[in-house]
Amino acid sequence: MAGQVFTYIVHKEGVADDSALELMAAAGKIYPEASVAAIVTGSGAHLDAVCDAMAASYPEVWKIDQDVLAYPNAEVIRRLLVNILPADAVVVLAHDTLGMDLGPGLSIKLDSVFVPDVVGVEGVRDNVLTVVRQEYSGQVYTHVRCDISAGAVINVRPGAFKPEESRSAAGQVVDKSAQAGDLSARRRFLEVVEAEVGDVDITKADVLVSVGRGIEDLENIEIAEGLAEAMGAVVSCSRPIVDAKWLEKARQVGTSGKTVKPKVYLALGISGSFQHMGGIKGSPFIVAVNKNPKAPIFQVADVGVVQDLLEFVPELTEKIKAK
Amino acid sequence: MEILVCVKRVPDTAENEIEVNREGNDIRRDDLVYSVNEWDNYAVEEAIQIVDKVGGSVTVVSLGDEEAEEVVRREMAMGANNGILLADEAFEGSDGKGLATILKAAVAKGNYDLILTGAQADDGAGQVGGMLAAMLDMPFASLVNSIEVLDGQKLKVGREIEGGNQEMNEIDLPCVLSIQTGINEPRYVGIRGIRKVASVEIPVWGASELGLVPEAVGAVGAKAQRVDYFVPAPGEGAEILEGSTDEIAAKLIELLKAKGGLK
Ligand SMILES: Cc1cc2nc3c(=O)[nH]c(=O)nc-3n(C[C@H](O)[C@H](O)[C@H](O)COP(=O)(O)OP(=O)(O)OC[C@H]3O[C@@H](n4cnc5c(N)ncnc54)[C@H](O)[C@@H]3O)c2cc1C
Ligand SMILES: Nc1ncnc2c1ncn2[C@@H]1O[C@H](COP(=O)(O)O)[C@@H](O)[C@H]1O
Repeated sequence: MAGQVFTYIVHKEGVADDSALELMAAAGKIYPEASVAAIVTGSGAHLDAVCDAMAASYPEVWKIDQDVLAYPNAEVIRRLLVNILPADAVVVLAHDTLGMDLGPGLSIKLDSVFVPDVVGVEGVRDNVLTVVRQEYSGQVYTHVRCDISAGAVINVRPGAFKPEESRSAAGQVVDKSAQAGDLSARRRFLEVVEAEVGDVDITKADVLVSVGRGIEDLENIEIAEGLAEAMGAVVSCSRPIVDAKWLEKARQVGTSGKTVKPKVYLALGISGSFQHMGGIKGSPFIVAVNKNPKAPIFQVADVGVVQDLLEFVPELTEKIKAK
Repeated sequence: MEILVCVKRVPDTAENEIEVNREGNDIRRDDLVYSVNEWDNYAVEEAIQIVDKVGGSVTVVSLGDEEAEEVVRREMAMGANNGILLADEAFEGSDGKGLATILKAAVAKGNYDLILTGAQADDGAGQVGGMLAAMLDMPFASLVNSIEVLDGQKLKVGREIEGGNQEMNEIDLPCVLSIQTGINEPRYVGIRGIRKVASVEIPVWGASELGLVPEAVGAVGAKAQRVDYFVPAPGEGAEILEGSTDEIAAKLIELLKAKGGLK
């Protein structure tokens, strides 16, 4: 059997991210028998709070308290992990903005294999790990096999692994701060600039009419606005619509946009990427209109309409108005 | 500033229905519409804008088969000064580390201050940039959505993090950055632009030109290997409304009413 399994815990103001227990679930699928250690870095009282919380679920928690770790700078964390981890460690990270920053380079420095954005784990046989990934915006799946005898860095998709409810541990917090070593880096964190607040607050809306790249053109945005008006809904959108500057950033739903909790969500020409769906909480009734029957949005929607939205939506709007 | 941008030719997922082929070892490749990876196009635009401000040149490099030349040419039409194609049978089946190894060898043949990649490509990996940086022992920042040249030694870069917040960093040159969409508005490339670069010579480098032993890359060197392509059995999934547009709309209105979606 290969090395020990480690997870890296993302936290903010003393509270661990939802991914903390998902990583543990993923680690358990890789090696059901292994004892998994959570690595928590930071400084001061917030760090202690997170370590204590993690010890309730993880058998072992490695705490590293250093001023330079107060903000999670991936270039610094990478050096730290290379300094403290055994060479054949299996490291499980969330495929979020920190995991994407950290994982690929870490695997090179640890000379181990890397697999990004894993959505399923089939298990390990003879040191060969088989995982499931998606390609082409989730339209097809693949099995990926990798030799983890020299260790591995596995980035798992947020939300893909359900935490095990029953799991509880009277874990031990081990202070590894003294072993941190040289943490100098050529990228220095300066500050976080908060996203601008817009004119609309899509997070408060009960009904959202959301447009994606399928709307095809700036002129067509009014088709969605017309439907939203007829329904008494608010218009939101996916990222490409904001990138194209067709709608303001405050209307973007997703991990790099807003988290919304509507009762009804109408997705028009949205493929259903995990970064988009990650912004929809509270299990709304999801309706998807998409001309591609293979679009992954149909796997998560309640109701689907396989049609060209540019033809379907105006008709729907007329019918609603006529009632 | 000498800038290298890595660009990949990918099937356009907004335009194509991607299907698994009969053998289950690839997707159906006939009739696919290809284009330059969305993120890479933003990276090239950003490189051109930097050079417009501080001088220097932009080189684009693509690793693929001969057809990848078309995206190199397209990005040159956009304004990149030089193009390089990396093509060799020995490169086929490379994993992320293999791709980064090949790109690293191409980097070594130049003298670059800044290397840009896209944040991710068609297989949603987001791995090549970070790997390349670690191999070159250069600092790295991912998901970059703003770049400001401070002086010849360092940049101020913004990274897009959760919630659309922006993490500001200072990073030393030379470095590798992976670019997030929305950092700029990539310029339009017209047919005239394409024509202007139609006859420009684009060098093609293989394993021997790059000084690579074939065993280090390609399927042989890959530690992570894709075994198959599949589509899982449809689970619960959406109830697909059938009938004429009129009937579908009528059904949908009933459902929306029942769920509180109509005021
Ligand atoms: C770090 C990171 C963070 C991200 N954060 C976010 C985020 O917060 N929010 C977000 O949305 N994305 C985010 N993304 C981008 C995400 O990965 C996808 O690229 C994006 O969600 C795709 O948007 P889309 O579905 O509108 O476009 P596409 O994926 O291009 O889908 C367009 C869909 O429209 C359909 N279509 C086309 N024409 C028509 C028509 N006439 N009628 C009906 N259907 C049609 C197509 O079949 C397709 O399914 C992020 C990416 C990264 C790397
Ligand atoms: N075959 C390739 N040729 C050139 N650049 C590539 C290639 N594959 C990946 N890249 C670069 O690496 C980035 C991330 O790709 P990936 O790690 O495959 O998601 C892309 O946006 C490109 O900039």
